[in-house]
Amino acid sequence: MANDNEIIDNIANKEYEFGFVTDIEMDVAPAGLNEDTIRYISAKKNEPEWLLDWRLKGLQSFGKQKLPKWQNFELPAIDFQRISYYAAPKSKKKYDSLDQVDPELLATFEKLGIPLSEQKALAGVAVDVVFDSVSVTTTYKEKLKELGIIFCSFGEAVREHPELVKKYVGSVVPHSDNIFAALNAAAFSDGSFVYIPKGVRCPMELSTYFRINTENTGQFERTLIIADEGSYVSYLEGCTAPMRDENQLHAAVVELIALENAEIKYSTVQNWYPGDKDGKGGIYNFVTKRGICKGANAKISWTQVETGSAITWKYPSVILQGDNSTGEFYSVAVTRNKQIADTGTKMYHIGRNTRSRIISKGISAGQGQNSYRGLVQIGQKADEARNFTQCDSLLIGDKCGAHTFPYIESKNNTATVEHEATTSKIGEDQIFYLNQRGIDSEKAVALIVNGYVREVLNQLPMEFAVEAQKLLSITLEGSVG
Amino acid sequence: MLIIKNLHAEVEGKQILKGLDLKVNAGEVHAIMGPNGAGKSSLASVLAGRENFEVTEGEVDFEGKNLLDMAPEDRAREGVFLAFQYPIEIPGVSNINFLKTALGEIRAYKNLPPLDAKAFLQLSKEKQKLVEFDAKLVNRSLNEGFSGGEKKRNEIFQLAMLEPSLAILDETDSGLDIDALRIVSKGVNKLRSDKNAFIIITHYQRLLEYIVPDFVHVLYDGRIVKSGTKELALELEEKGYDWLKEQSAEKEATTI
Repeated sequence: MANDNEIIDNIANKEYEFGFVTDIEMDVAPAGLNEDTIRYISAKKNEPEWLLDWRLKGLQSFGKQKLPKWQNFELPAIDFQRISYYAAPKSKKKYDSLDQVDPELLATFEKLGIPLSEQKALAGVAVDVVFDSVSVTTTYKEKLKELGIIFCSFGEAVREHPELVKKYVGSVVPHSDNIFAALNAAAFSDGSFVYIPKGVRCPMELSTYFRINTENTGQFERTLIIADEGSYVSYLEGCTAPMRDENQLHAAVVELIALENAEIKYSTVQNWYPGDKDGKGGIYNFVTKRGICKGANAKISWTQVETGSAITWKYPSVILQGDNSTGEFYSVAVTRNKQIADTGTKMYHIGRNTRSRIISKGISAGQGQNSYRGLVQIGQKADEARNFTQCDSLLIGDKCGAHTFPYIESKNNTATVEHEATTSKIGEDQIFYLNQRGIDSEKAVALIVNGYVREVLNQLPMEFAVEAQKLLSITLEGSVG
Repeated sequence: MLIIKNLHAEVEGKQILKGLDLKVNAGEVHAIMGPNGAGKSSLASVLAGRENFEVTEGEVDFEGKNLLDMAPEDRAREGVFLAFQYPIEIPGVSNINFLKTALGEIRAYKNLPPLDAKAFLQLSKEKQKLVEFDAKLVNRSLNEGFSGGEKKRNEIFQLAMLEPSLAILDETDSGLDIDALRIVSKGVNKLRSDKNAFIIITHYQRLLEYIVPDFVHVLYDGRIVKSGTKELALELEEKGYDWLKEQSAEKEATTI
């Protein structure tokens, strides 16, 4: 059996499996963030005046904001003026079928194991592919259309459904929310838009694959999902990115709005380039995700499996405004080599009898640092509000770290708040025990880790759970000799 | 089946086995007794390949192969099973899923196809019945929250499932009440055949009333100092180990 040092070395030597560069002609904006850049982006996208105004407000907010200092890691210096804020594949045509799509692009997806051609035919997953910044193709649109469901790129929504976008954009994450949200408001490239009409249950999982491609291009996606009264939608977001030497900033914004009796389930598998074993390169994943249960009995559920990025920094949150509304957060975050994760959630209980549930599972290996940071806030009017938080950490090796920062603020004494936390280490004893039953160390770690994260993976849709389990195994492969 | 010759081993620089010899044939049950600190559990650890136990001299032949050259998982796949004195808890990993993985690995090593779900379930039910293992424990997380007795019974259930040729029971009787002891022993007796062998490490003669050994060995100070049949166990129960300690000391003196 390998000793701990070998375990750590092996994790460190594991190469990122999805690193490759797609050679497609790109239309790239000159680097720098200023009013001209914003006007350039807006003009490129033929946006209406009101959206340009909103972007400019975002730029103003950005100018007023400072980088936060409370996080549990040293924020690397980011030169916002060196980033190019717009990149789109040069061909501007919209495609009716996959045959018209650049074969290079399709090959990229093949390599990632998400063959669009198959997915189109397969078990009802409609995929809105965001390749860098512009949506290239949208499948299943017709079928969704019959039900009145809108699932399109953000840009298209601006053109086709401006009233919805205007009403809801920035309503959950305002442009002044934080510096990265402001940056996104000013410079957002594209993203996805979903609207589920009253009483409609979306019959398939809606899915978007994000992929950062051009060097030095910040990726500023904006996703807006609105579930009208009594509707239901499950949305999947999965990511991989090619290998890079220079850090790439990703500052996305996701806004979810669930009206009365509506339910939104949002699942993420994130596997962006984490940097090499010395911590060089890798994606900065600074995302603002927030949902609001606007009406009574609404429900929003976040599930995330975070294995990639040099730094993952995000707190998918729920504002529980409607009475009896429910917020959930299920998370697995893996850090190895020199990866950092500072993630968790915020649950704002405003309405009566609101409930929230937080299950966070951190896994640290190598020299990875994993922090859970969570806020449970119970407002004055949130009678009988309930929260349950479970926050577990698993350590592999003795050079990694796990940290927990739970915050609870209650202004209502009828509320019930529970917090449980555990820290455990994959022990040599456990591995030896499994060895002695014929299971090698690598499989033993996979078995232990899968057992540990099961509660979270169970929340993912079936196919996605299988994918996530595979990803975890690949990620921790070589964690023991 | 198993031939141990002049085995020397140390842990963290401390010598714990000092020239141990033992021969076990198929169909035999060997009991190894001895006072605390004699090296009984160390022998089990060395055979299973626990990492911090270093073999400094001697050889171990298992069915014609050099056991000491193999990784712990390969020893298990070859058919060496250790029933742990303190079975390990693994939260979140279901007992049955763990066994399915283990059996799959062992079968793959022997170039056998994995059992399909139905056949596996069938086998599991059969073995549960055989060793009287509580069906409720099968789907629980591996040993998590099990009582001491349940853990030991789970070891025997695993033994039944994996069907090794050599089973080493490391103080399986410790911490068992009389009823549990009877069930565990009954299970072991049902699993005995002319194709497999058992090494039973124990402090007490009590277990040997239920599992009757063919041979009894006394391990003292890293060596087997006396071997005999089941009557030796009774003698030890009566006289303790002190007379053997003296004998061994005398022997040591004469060899120097």
